[in-house]
Amino acid sequence: MNHIALLLENQPGALSRVIGLFSQRGYNIDSLSVAPTQDETLSRLTMTIGEEGADINQILKQLYKLVDVVMVQNLSEVDSLAMELALIKLKKSKFDVQKILQDISLENEILDEKEDFTIFKVLGDTKVIEELLAILKKEEFLEVTRSGTLGVTRGSESLATNDQTKISYD
Amino acid sequence: MTKEMTSGGEALIKALADENVEIMFGYPGGAALHIYDAIYQQNRVQHILVRHEQAATHAADGYARATGRPGVCLVTSGPGATNAITGIATAYMDSIPLVVISGQVANHLIGTDAFQETDMMGISRPIVKHSFLVQKAEDIPVIVKKAFHIATTGRPGPVVIDVPKNLTDPNEKFEYKFPSDLYLRSFALYDKADTSDIEKAAKLLTEAERPVIYAGGGAINANAAAEVFKLGKLMGCPVTNTLMGLGVYPASDEQFIGMLGMHGTYEANMVMHEADLIMAVGARFDDRITNNPNKFGLQAKKIHIDSDPSSIDKIIDVDLAMTGNAKEVIAQINNQLEKMNFDSSKFQPWMQKALKWRKEHGLNHDMLNQESKSDIILPQQVIQSAYKATGGKAYVTSDVGQHQMFAAQYYHFNEPRKWINSGGLGTMGFGLPAAMGVKFAFPDETVACITGEGSIQMCIQELSTCGQYGLPIKIINLNNRALGMVKQWQDMQYGGRYSSISYEDSLPDFIKLAESYGHVGMKVEKLSELNDAMEECFSLKDKLVFLDVYVDPDEHVYPMLKAGGDMSEMYLSKTIKTFE
Repeated sequence: MNHIALLLENQPGALSRVIGLFSQRGYNIDSLSVAPTQDETLSRLTMTIGEEGADINQILKQLYKLVDVVMVQNLSEVDSLAMELALIKLKKSKFDVQKILQDISLENEILDEKEDFTIFKVLGDTKVIEELLAILKKEEFLEVTRSGTLGVTRGSESLATNDQTKISYD
Repeated sequence: MTKEMTSGGEALIKALADENVEIMFGYPGGAALHIYDAIYQQNRVQHILVRHEQAATHAADGYARATGRPGVCLVTSGPGATNAITGIATAYMDSIPLVVISGQVANHLIGTDAFQETDMMGISRPIVKHSFLVQKAEDIPVIVKKAFHIATTGRPGPVVIDVPKNLTDPNEKFEYKFPSDLYLRSFALYDKADTSDIEKAAKLLTEAERPVIYAGGGAINANAAAEVFKLGKLMGCPVTNTLMGLGVYPASDEQFIGMLGMHGTYEANMVMHEADLIMAVGARFDDRITNNPNKFGLQAKKIHIDSDPSSIDKIIDVDLAMTGNAKEVIAQINNQLEKMNFDSSKFQPWMQKALKWRKEHGLNHDMLNQESKSDIILPQQVIQSAYKATGGKAYVTSDVGQHQMFAAQYYHFNEPRKWINSGGLGTMGFGLPAAMGVKFAFPDETVACITGEGSIQMCIQELSTCGQYGLPIKIINLNNRALGMVKQWQDMQYGGRYSSISYEDSLPDFIKLAESYGHVGMKVEKLSELNDAMEECFSLKDKLVFLDVYVDPDEHVYPMLKAGGDMSEMYLSKTIKTFE
């Protein structure tokens, strides 16, 4: 499992270049999250590539080659944090959601509950979220939505842009 | 200084002129009309009207390949843009710098399925180095500047600028300012290599026993011919060029062992197979070179010099990778070799072995001069005859198929940028419009388009453009009355089942066709008449001549690598092969 963090120019079509690269080159993305950053000219993406045998270095090089990609880093190669948020809406049954949530190492909260459904959130490691979903397999899911993994390096280092490269002409 | 006010359309053309663009190829239409009006009112940039947008891209591409300067074309939205796609993909696959400007429907119509609307950014995305959708007319000069910078630096490639019609409105003026500097965030370029890598490369090169230099189109893009030649001489080892690299090392030099790969020479493929060091310069180990990559160069250490980091370790893992400009890096290596006083006679035995291979199964470059019992013309003889008639000095463009391989094998290119063909994408229809681009760049030079009766019909309409602008291109049509390369594969791999390759009864009379466009048409069917016809064709300096040469329809291109085999496994003729 590789988590890749990427800074992207906030330009029309920029995201489609990243997504397109994956289908064009035959790579699979397991998850992808995109959102603006504190710098309004940049978006930040976290991608998860789990595929076995995928040439991760080739993927990183191809990504960095895109003109709109400002910086790319494989978070799995450095000391980093990764987490995911899932919102789960279950049909009510005899099943005790609260009991299960107590036993699992995910930050969680029941957000809404009526006679026929429960909505709760879990936050934490992607693998543990998948374990939880496996436990809940027999229940009737009304909806599940997940953020995809988000990642950041530990320590004070940050995934920053180079300064604008000035290209001078005579 | 007084402020100069321009419309978006005027700014676009002015910015092209300020980028030193002298010529562009295009075809007008609704969304591009404001731009065409701006073209009409200036004389710094000449616009060439082609007959199909595909030809505009190929002509700009041919211009770029021959000159090393970026090619420019202009098309309208919708079908104009989609017609340009094949040409953009052709340039992308061969890393050719193009700037393609496409008209787009007005901003407020985008997304409404407006007349002649197509998502050019989306359609072209996988086949461009980068693309711009103009959002403000004031941005046009900066976008043009960026487009040229991106297209021409690092590994070159096509850049699309999609321009909504309303942003070129002649009534909306703004202050024109051509930028003197550019700001591109994290746009990494690699030039020179680390000194330690240079030392390592020189060590690998000189400590090898059986080295080979394998140079491709990247070496031409980097204008590294002089450096590659010097490296060859300092090393005294065999040098091979890819289809895209022909001319970067002179074909007439003793150390040149010909093209390698699918239809490479016996000696080049044997040298690659037996080498203990392969030095790739601006070449990307593509599948037409390596054959089965798992069986490629198993005895060899590998050095790879490329301007694109993603070309490194993509197909073949290498021992030493140097990301950089081939010209700079090879010059650094040459300096190091000179410093070491390396004695190139070390590789004499290995060089002799390569020459022995050539003697055994090399190409027969003397077919034209040998006695022939038959009057049937072999396609190879046509290339040899053209070589003779042009003194080897012509710019030669080609289309795709058997004629392309025969031209690559038998026309000896001694200089870079003289051999112009679609190597990566393999685009039939490329040859004639590419030849137009070359002829516009070098009006005084001989430009020949070596083609086949299949390919030439894919952009035949450009005979009209050639008439309009008086382009005396020589079209050498190797007419075998069938799609020869497909037929060859059907012979070799499909039991001779000729599926959809023939059209003999419906071929046009190319002579009359050429004449109807105002050109000269000539037909040759007998070997005994070939040389005279060829001489005459090239002696008509001011005329486009369509030389329709009837060649043996049963001839195959050899050598040919065995599918899935290693580089020593070749068919050498219909009856001889190097493997069991």
